[in-house]
Amino acid sequence: MTVFEYAPAPESRSVVDIRGSYGLFIDGEFTDGHGEPFKTINPADESVLADIACADEADVDRAVKAARAAYERVWGAMPGAERGKYLYRIARIIQERSRELAVLESIDNGKPIRESRDVDVPLVAAWFFYYAGWADKLGHAGFGPDPRPVGVAGQVIPWNFPLLMLAWKIAPALACGNTVVLKPAETTPLTALLFADICRQADLPPGVVNIITGAGDTGRALVAHPGIDKVAFTGSTDVGRQIARTLAGTSKKLTLELGGKAANIVYADAALDQAVEGIVNGIFFNQGHVCCAGSRLLVQESVAEEVLERLKARMATLRVGDPLDKNTDIGAINSAAQLDKIRELSAAGEAEGADRWSPPCRLPDRGFWFAPTLFTGVAQSHRIAREEIFGPVLSVLTFRTPEEAVTKANNTPYGLSAGIWTEKGSQILWTAQHLRAGVVWANTFNKFDPASPFGGYKESGYGREGGRHGLEAYLNV
Amino acid sequence: MTTTELHGFLHGLPGVDQVGAEERAARLASRSIKMSAKAEAIDLAISMVDLTTLEGADTAGKVRALCAKAVHPDPSDPSVPKVAAVCVYPDMVDVAVGALRGTGVGVASVATAFPSGRAPLEAKLADTRAAVAAGASEIDMVIDRGAFLSGDYGTVFEQIVAVKDACGDAHLKVILETGELATLDNVRRASWLAMRAGADFIKTSTGKISPAATLPVTLVMLEAVRDYRAATGRQVGVKPAGGIRTTKDAIKYLVLVNETAGPDWLTPDWFRLGASSVLNDLLMQRRKLSTGVYSGPDYFTLD
Repeated sequence: MTVFEYAPAPESRSVVDIRGSYGLFIDGEFTDGHGEPFKTINPADESVLADIACADEADVDRAVKAARAAYERVWGAMPGAERGKYLYRIARIIQERSRELAVLESIDNGKPIRESRDVDVPLVAAWFFYYAGWADKLGHAGFGPDPRPVGVAGQVIPWNFPLLMLAWKIAPALACGNTVVLKPAETTPLTALLFADICRQADLPPGVVNIITGAGDTGRALVAHPGIDKVAFTGSTDVGRQIARTLAGTSKKLTLELGGKAANIVYADAALDQAVEGIVNGIFFNQGHVCCAGSRLLVQESVAEEVLERLKARMATLRVGDPLDKNTDIGAINSAAQLDKIRELSAAGEAEGADRWSPPCRLPDRGFWFAPTLFTGVAQSHRIAREEIFGPVLSVLTFRTPEEAVTKANNTPYGLSAGIWTEKGSQILWTAQHLRAGVVWANTFNKFDPASPFGGYKESGYGREGGRHGLEAYLNV
Repeated sequence: MTTTELHGFLHGLPGVDQVGAEERAARLASRSIKMSAKAEAIDLAISMVDLTTLEGADTAGKVRALCAKAVHPDPSDPSVPKVAAVCVYPDMVDVAVGALRGTGVGVASVATAFPSGRAPLEAKLADTRAAVAAGASEIDMVIDRGAFLSGDYGTVFEQIVAVKDACGDAHLKVILETGELATLDNVRRASWLAMRAGADFIKTSTGKISPAATLPVTLVMLEAVRDYRAATGRQVGVKPAGGIRTTKDAIKYLVLVNETAGPDWLTPDWFRLGASSVLNDLLMQRRKLSTGVYSGPDYFTLD
C-alpha cells in the first residue's frame, strides 16, 4: 500500500500584478524618490520582484508636510462618523482584495499562503473594522468627553507581518483623527504599496496616509523630523533604543513594540497533545519571525521526556517549502541577513553545549531556508535562552516547581508574552499573576484580536496597541 | 480489571483541550489534496468503505444489491477497487456471506443489541455468537454508555472482554457512540478502555445518534491508537462512521490519519469509513478526475 503524498497545490500568482518599479506614496500620488532605489526580492527563490524608490530627507519632509496639510485641512476636523466611513470602506476593500493581498504578502515575505490567507489578511480587515467602530465613539473610550488627535504620526514597521503591522499602526491613528507617514521594512514594501492603492480606491483624502519606502536612514529621518507629533515603532530593541534617544527631550509621543523571548510553560497536568500543538504554533508560526514567539519552552521535568517525544513526532510532519503551496506549514526566512543571524545563534547554541535536533527535511536549493530546530539541554545562561533568534528555533528548558517556572520565565530582559499550559484553572491564574509579560496566553498561543491590547514589559517596549488601550497613543491625553 | 483500577488509569490520562483539538482538526481539514494525491486518496477511501445498511426495513434483496455494489462499485469501470466490507444486522449476515463468498469483501455485523446496547449481557453475547456463526468476519459492538457515564468502567470493560471472547476469530470493532459521551475527555477514556479490553478497532458511532463521526472526535481516537501502540506495541484500527457524505469529507479523514496516527494506519486493515452515500460521491469524483467532466447522478447506481 502506497502512502499518499500531497501533490503540489500552489495558489495562483495571477491575482497579483507586480509592477517593475514603485515610487513613494505622498499626498495621494505615487512620486519618485530621491534616494538610491533598491530591490525587493522573493525570499523563496531570490528572484527580484521590483525596484523600490528610496525616500531621502527631502522626500520625508514632503511626506510629513502633506500629512500635516491633510491633518489641518481635512482629517483632523472631520466628524468621527465620517472618518469611520472611510475606515469601514478600507476594511471592506481589504476583504474584497484579500486573495491578492495574501498572495503578494507571501511572495514578498516568504510566509506560507495558509497563514497570510487565514491569519494575516483576515486580521488586517478585522483591525480596520474594529477601529472604524471607535471613530465616532472616542468620547466613550475613557479619555474625556472629546479627546483630540495628536496630529501627524510617523510609523516604522517590521518585515515579519508587513500588512498586519501596517493595520495595527494606521487603523487606530486614522480613527482618532491623525494623519500618518508610514515606512514599511525595506525587504517587504509591496503590500504597503498595494495598501496605498486601496486608499485611493477608497477615496481617502490625499495626504491622510503617506507611505515612504527606504531603509534605516529613511526611518531615522522620519522619526527625527520636527513635523512629527507621535512616533510608533515595531522592531528590534536596538533600533527602539536609538529612537528613544532621538526623541528624548522632544514633545513627541512614543510607543515601542520591541523584541521578546517568551516562555511557554507546560505543566505536567496539561492537555499534552494540545500543548504540543501550542508549542509548534508558538515557535514555528511565521517561521518564528514573531516578536511574541514562544521561543523558550519551559516544561515540567516529570513530563519533559513525553512532551519532547510527541513534539519531535509532530515536528516531523511539518511541511517546509514553497510559500505559495497551500499545504506548506513553514515558508522561507525573510532575508539572507536574517538567515545568517539564525545560523549564527544556532551555531552558538551547539558551541555552548546544547543538543540540536531537526526532523529530516529537504530544503529548496534556492532562497533562504532554515529547518525547524529544537535545542534540548539548554541552560538559562546559554545565548539561545537569552537572545531573540527570530527564527524557527526552540530552546527547551525544564523546571520542577511552579515557582521555578515563573522565576525562569521572568529571568529575561524582555517581557512581551508568555504561555501557560495546564488543565487547572487556579494554576493558570497564579502563574499569570506572577509573570512579567504583557500578553499571557493560557492553553493557546499566538492568538490576536483587535479588541485585545498588546505590548511589552521591560525591554520589550512600552505603550499598548489594540483595543481601547490602543487609542491612547493616538489621542492627546 | 476493577472499576477502581480502571478509574485510576483512565482519569490519569492527559486531558483533551476541546478548543485546541477542534482547532487542530480544522487546520488539517484545510489541507489541499489535488491531482495525483486526490486520485490516490479516492481509491484509498473506496477501499476503506464499510458499505452499510442498518434499517428495520432491510430485506435479503436490499442486502444482495448492496453486496453487488460492494464488489463492483462502478460496473462500467473495473479499475475501481472493491470496498472493505459490507455491514449489516446479524440476521442478514448469511445473505451477505452468500453474496460475497470468494470476493474478498468482508462481512461485518453489528451486534450486542445495536444501537442502544440496552439488553442483558446474555442477549448481547447470543447476538454476537449468532452473527459469527452465520459467517461474519467482523463484529461491530456497542459499549454500555449508561455504565460508562455513571463511572462503572468495570462493567463496560467486562462486557467488551466477554464479547471479544464470543467473537472467536472475528475482528471486534467497539463502537463508543461518541455523540452520547459528549466530551473529548470521555472519548479518550473510552478509547483506552476499549483497547485495553481487547478491541481490534475503535469506532465512533452507530450512525443512529447525532452527532455521529466528527473530525475532532476522530482526531482524539487516532491519538489514542497512536499512543496505545507506542505503549504496548499492539496496533488498533479506527473507524469513523456516520455523517461522512462527500469525497471532501472522506479526504479530510485520510489527512487526519496521515498526520496524526501516521501512514501505518492508511490501509483498510487499520482504517475504515462507515458510510453508504459517500461511495457514489467518491465514484463521481473519480470519474471527473479521469474524464475531466462530471457525470450526472443517474450514471451511478442507487441500491
